[in-house]
Amino acid sequence: MAEYGKRERDKPWIMRTYSGHSTAAASNELYRTNLAKGQTGLSVAFDLPTQTGYDADDPLARGEVGKVGVPVSHIGDMRALFDGLPLDQMNTSMTINATAVWLLSLYVAAAEDQGVDPSVLRGTTQNDIIKEYLSRGTHIFPPAASMRLITDLISYTVNDVPKWNPINICSYHLQEAGATPTQELAYALVTAIGVLDAVKATGRVPESEFGNVVGRMSFFVNAGIRFVEELCKMRAFVELWDRVTQERYGVTDPKQRRFRYGVQVNSLGLTEQQPENNMIRIVLEMLAVTLSKDARARAIQLPAWNEALGLPRPWDQQWSLRAQQILAYESDLLEYPDLFKGSEVVEAQTQHLVDSAWAEVQEVLKRGGAVEAVESGYIKQKLVESNAARLRAIENGDQIVVGVNKYVESAPSPLTENLDDAILTVDPEVDANQRAALGRWKEERDNAAVEQALAELQRVANTDENMMAASIAAAHAGVTTGEWANTLRQVWGEYRAPTGVAGATVKASGSGASADVIDRLRARLSELETRMGRRAKLLVGKPGLDGHSNGAEQIAIKARDVGFDVVYEGIRVSPEQIVASALEEGVHLIGLSILSGSHLALVPEVAERLRASGLGDVPLVVGGIIPDADAERLRHEGIAAVYTPKDFELDNIMSDLIDLVDRQHAAE
Amino acid sequence: MPPSDLADDPQAVMSADKAAVSRALNLVEDRRPEAHTRVTELLAKLKDAPKAAGGHRVGLTGPPGVGKSTLTSVLARAVRQRGRTLGVVAVDPSSIRSGGSLLGDRARMSFDPADAGLFVRSLATAGEVGGLAYAANSAMRVLAAAFDMVVVETTGVGQSEIDIVHVADTVVLVIQPGSGDVLQFLKAGIMEIPDILVVNKADHEELANRAVADLRGALQTAHAAGASSGQDASWETPIIATSATKGSGIDELIDALDGHRQHLEATLAARRRQGEVQWTLDLFSRKHGEHGVSTLGGLARLKARAERDLDGGQTPLSLCEHLSREYVAALGKTP
Repeated sequence: MAEYGKRERDKPWIMRTYSGHSTAAASNELYRTNLAKGQTGLSVAFDLPTQTGYDADDPLARGEVGKVGVPVSHIGDMRALFDGLPLDQMNTSMTINATAVWLLSLYVAAAEDQGVDPSVLRGTTQNDIIKEYLSRGTHIFPPAASMRLITDLISYTVNDVPKWNPINICSYHLQEAGATPTQELAYALVTAIGVLDAVKATGRVPESEFGNVVGRMSFFVNAGIRFVEELCKMRAFVELWDRVTQERYGVTDPKQRRFRYGVQVNSLGLTEQQPENNMIRIVLEMLAVTLSKDARARAIQLPAWNEALGLPRPWDQQWSLRAQQILAYESDLLEYPDLFKGSEVVEAQTQHLVDSAWAEVQEVLKRGGAVEAVESGYIKQKLVESNAARLRAIENGDQIVVGVNKYVESAPSPLTENLDDAILTVDPEVDANQRAALGRWKEERDNAAVEQALAELQRVANTDENMMAASIAAAHAGVTTGEWANTLRQVWGEYRAPTGVAGATVKASGSGASADVIDRLRARLSELETRMGRRAKLLVGKPGLDGHSNGAEQIAIKARDVGFDVVYEGIRVSPEQIVASALEEGVHLIGLSILSGSHLALVPEVAERLRASGLGDVPLVVGGIIPDADAERLRHEGIAAVYTPKDFELDNIMSDLIDLVDRQHAAE
Repeated sequence: MPPSDLADDPQAVMSADKAAVSRALNLVEDRRPEAHTRVTELLAKLKDAPKAAGGHRVGLTGPPGVGKSTLTSVLARAVRQRGRTLGVVAVDPSSIRSGGSLLGDRARMSFDPADAGLFVRSLATAGEVGGLAYAANSAMRVLAAAFDMVVVETTGVGQSEIDIVHVADTVVLVIQPGSGDVLQFLKAGIMEIPDILVVNKADHEELANRAVADLRGALQTAHAAGASSGQDASWETPIIATSATKGSGIDELIDALDGHRQHLEATLAARRRQGEVQWTLDLFSRKHGEHGVSTLGGLARLKARAERDLDGGQTPLSLCEHLSREYVAALGKTP
């Protein structure tokens, strides 16, 4: 079509890498390097204490500081994070939800300190609490208070920071939690509807300006390996959003009805086995969100090939960035109009997704909308069921995963020759340093001003005034993340979301070899019950702040299905709580799930507390993203078994667990 | 775990030592024949614990999804704030296919792990016909010896709700606005009227008010048809609107619980005795069926026997063992 270099090319999407770790200063250095390599936007990863509203010196923050992202405790950290990076020229995406109002306040305050007028700031706050309840688990407050924070942020930015994307509705995490394309479409749309309805209900935005609110809604989606279907999913999104904005909200300006989205391609499908293959997966997944001009992503961030092993190094992130740059600048993709317009196959599949997703949207609306369907556990249960089906398909080979359940033979890989050097290790001193720095911050600030700012925050929280002004003032006064969140916890309380596991029904394994395996496991547990006098009881615990509960949920369901009595506690439980539960429940076995990398801090602590409570003989197993060297160390400290993503055969894990209970019983 | 000797330490249970309480609960769950005698002995020793006589046993039941776990969690905090200690038995159904269960109550509860005055135990129904777990009755007795108040939380409207009447001093039925079938059950007299009715999830005032009014109407219809609360004509069932998420209505609920406990003061011993008689008969007839009952002379006679022997110091479990032996002996005599 176009002669080389002649035709005008489309502007490429914003290229980002989700990053941040250790400290604000270390992350600032990383951002500068990434920008120098041609990255065109920033995507800030905050650590779990910052995401869940705790300071580094809070007992719950133990082992989590600087792990999955950067700790930002106060305006000093925010200034350091963007030191030398002019905020009027940045396009910054912040993956922040429960504390979004606070982190945006710190960002605005830091901009003001740089002499930048907040009205010119560009970027995105994720600010989607629904998917936190469903999948990611960094929520703090009950639904009503959370929706209020979301709408406060939206009505603030629409007026004061007009180029900001106040919310990024995340279907991304729904797919990670197991959503099918239909579910991903439907639950993202009902979330958006829930938010827009809530904004409307505040009465703060005049009818004439509501189109501006709709026009600032953005989405954050996932792209999996079935990339043709994913491509159609994105086209379906465009069509459905146009329908919702027009029919439900009467938006007439087509620009305000545009489906604007960013992408992180699928991390869930990345494998620990033959991890170099992940680069091919990542590129294919990127095609799904770039090939259609009519449904192309506005911003893309790619995971790194070695994420299933541990934290990626700068080089790993660079490799992913280069993949984006080759597609955008080297290939001819951006020289063509939409490639699929008129394709019968693509249009039919798109239509199918539009219809099935629309039906599910109606189902949720009938149940009272997104918030209701979260509180009743309806959506969560659907996701848990889909995820169980997905894992079962991989386990019995119906879904091929190269290098995992097929073509598993491999020559030694030079990339992972020395596995422990193939990932980034966070300086173990980070935790203590951040605590010390926080102590100094609290000593040096004007504490009277802090008290006053917190009192004002509390007052506003008890009214229906917008929280932003008081939060920005608190940011300037030197208030910390933990102080901001704790003040609001006192007013609104905390929320424990439905786990969806108790009611989840999982299809029987059918017939054949896998059904035989299940039958054998069930028979063993029944026989064990006869000998022990009661049924084997398993406690599934998720210590620490990591809220990615999919693994723990699937273990819990599988264990029930082979016949364990399973006590599942949900997310964010402290080691003390786990041990108290083990004691009161009289369990035979404890399984911990930790994906944040804080296993070396948390697992030995649970073990130690078990011993102190006289439960030292209860076997303890752990699952998570745990590097080999750490696994070795944990086993050495008496942990009965360590499981990582490569242990995808849940039946084998179950068999191990039964062995452990049996052996312990025999020893008594 | 084997039935360890420590499990039979009634003194430690009565002083609410968590490890001892937990071991005692393991023991009452133990279905091996060799455990039965020890359970019987333990319960006999706990029967006259100071806490047991003066305490309050509450049964909390209702259809799935009405927010019972969250309500229990909020209730527990409020009871603790009033300086009373609390034991909770949370009963969940077992899977018929696998025999396993998912005990999810703790996921909805937030509690202080260092609190010595709160104890939560989850039990699976283990295919028990009645819906209440095999061990729930005994577990309640263990906890009643250790804590001021015991709450047994079960799901369902129907059999388990009838079972809970036998173990609880006060039965609380929890529903949510729009629970039409419960209204119908109450009106039709299919369901016994609880001692306290709670409309949970009363977050929207208007909906909650309507639900309370509907319930009041249903109760009137039921009363007109001759039904009364827990066979107690002098008690008027209070209807309380609560929001577990907002924490509203919880103080009213505790006051209503206290009110009912007070109301029972004179009749409590008789009510508990009645429950124990019923439990004994249930245990026996579940084990040996109609043939067992008729072999030992029919239901009325068994009932009279239970009333007498329980007064004579037997516990339901020990009496049931006794009756079982008699039945087996009788079987040996008949061709």
